Amino acid sequence: MRGFGKYLLWVYSGMALVFLMIPIVYTIVFSFNDARRTNIVWRGFTFDNWLDVCNAQDVCSSFGNSLLVAGVSTVLATAMGTAIALALVRYRFRFREATTLLLFLPMATPEVVLGAGLAAQFLQLGVQKGLVTIIIAHTMFCISFVVVTVRARVAVLDGALEEAGRDLYASPNQVFWRVTFPLLIPGIVAAALLSFALSFDDFIITNFNAGPAMTFPRFVYTAAARGIPAEANVIASGVFFCAILLVLIAQVGGAIKRQRLAQVG
Amino acid sequence: MAFGAFQSSAPGGSVAAAAPQVQRKSPVALWLLLPGILYLILFFVTPLFSLVLTSFQESVPGGFIGEYQTAFRFENYVEVVSTYFTHIGRSFVYASLATVFALLLGYPLAYVIGVKLRAYPLWQALALVLLIAPFFISFLLRTLAWKQIFSDEGFVVGALKTMQLIPADAYLTGTPFSVVFGLTYMFLPFMALPIYATLEKLDLRYVEAGGDLYANPVTVFRKVTFPLSIPGVISGTLLTFIPATGDYINASRDFLGSTDTAMMGNVIEANFLVLQNFPAAAALSLILMMSILILVSIYVRRSGTDDLL
Repeated sequence: MRGFGKYLLWVYSGMALVFLMIPIVYTIVFSFNDARRTNIVWRGFTFDNWLDVCNAQDVCSSFGNSLLVAGVSTVLATAMGTAIALALVRYRFRFREATTLLLFLPMATPEVVLGAGLAAQFLQLGVQKGLVTIIIAHTMFCISFVVVTVRARVAVLDGALEEAGRDLYASPNQVFWRVTFPLLIPGIVAAALLSFALSFDDFIITNFNAGPAMTFPRFVYTAAARGIPAEANVIASGVFFCAILLVLIAQVGGAIKRQRLAQVG
Repeated sequence: MAFGAFQSSAPGGSVAAAAPQVQRKSPVALWLLLPGILYLILFFVTPLFSLVLTSFQESVPGGFIGEYQTAFRFENYVEVVSTYFTHIGRSFVYASLATVFALLLGYPLAYVIGVKLRAYPLWQALALVLLIAPFFISFLLRTLAWKQIFSDEGFVVGALKTMQLIPADAYLTGTPFSVVFGLTYMFLPFMALPIYATLEKLDLRYVEAGGDLYANPVTVFRKVTFPLSIPGVISGTLLTFIPATGDYINASRDFLGSTDTAMMGNVIEANFLVLQNFPAAAALSLILMMSILILVSIYVRRSGTDDLL
């Protein structure tokens, strides 16, 4: 009976993983569909969608906008968020409680409220909505995630390394740029990747603050009513393959290294 | 890993375990904090005040649609609550159901990846990649994939009808079932990742000790493993419940919902972007935010952890 129970756990979680994968596989498979107008029924295999992605109207331009928005907001949010993370771990200052609350609240607020709030503010100030307002919005919600990610890294930093730098007569500036910053890079990169992913895939906040500007998720949302072109699946699948390749290299590389270490030790 | 954010947002995570670092007082702190904090005040705090201001506005007498002036019209709140009472209730019911289902699916999955696969680092890494894979492909397209799988001509409905599990005129899309299903799917990784993060750090000697003391596996799980994973469960449930309550993709007519499944998010979107009834949208947004904050603080208080960031 106990053996069966163990077996059940594996099957159950395997099924949960399969459940997660179904729509991903579906999206990728239908990027190869010879769809012509609506990409709902399978009409046969083709590479045409992949070879001529920009064939469908607005797919490529909205994708370009998404890359631009995600790139700029990632740079802004990572810079501001990293600075806050350093301050939180390294320094004592007044209003610490208020600061942590201010950083926590955007993550605990539903996106629709963040989006409507900013949109209400832009409306009252008479600001024209467009790519700039999308970037403003994305930078805002990414900052907190950057702080959380980088802060974890700063907190586990070995202070002895910096002390060694100081003992060797490095100036505070040198210690920071030659010792601290390089040690923080993995955390900063992780934070930047997270921001990029969050911004790139954001729809709800974007929809409230986009005006006429199109991002890729907005394109998909508006196209959903009349049928998504297969080219949209191509873009999504392409992004997926690139991202998963990066993650696989990082994850599997790390795992192989650990496994080797375990065998040697 | 990019989604390390969930690990450290788990209370009592690696942050608490780190060696204490000396905290100094210095004007540098101010310069580090200033840009980001100012930014959040400008684009997070003041928008909330704009929202409050907007929620009390009244329409300009004889003005166009979408024209409002500053006022103190509390009736806006009374009106939206009485008009959208069902939508408000529906949001919380759907989100709670999705949270429970995501926990039921996500916990065992996180347990297998974090504990059972520990002896096989390569498989563990691969399973983890699969768990975060959904983040890399447009969530709108994934939701649409379910819509097409569940469509009337689709394979699932056909099979269920052939097996006579559902009547011949039944349908799945546009029902509460498909909306809760979609929400569960969408937030499963958000549930499983923080739980994985705490279970991955679980010291297996505690579990062994439980077994040595003649506790059966169920008791060990109930008294040792689960209590130690509660920080992850809290982060996971919050990361699922909060966005699920405000979600309007799954419940949208073009995705898995219909007008009968519209949630608060749909109503806020419709009022703001289509009907241009900004005060109603603002009032609803604030009601949504306040109810979530109240529910979350009760939940966090009761589970005994205040330290969330």
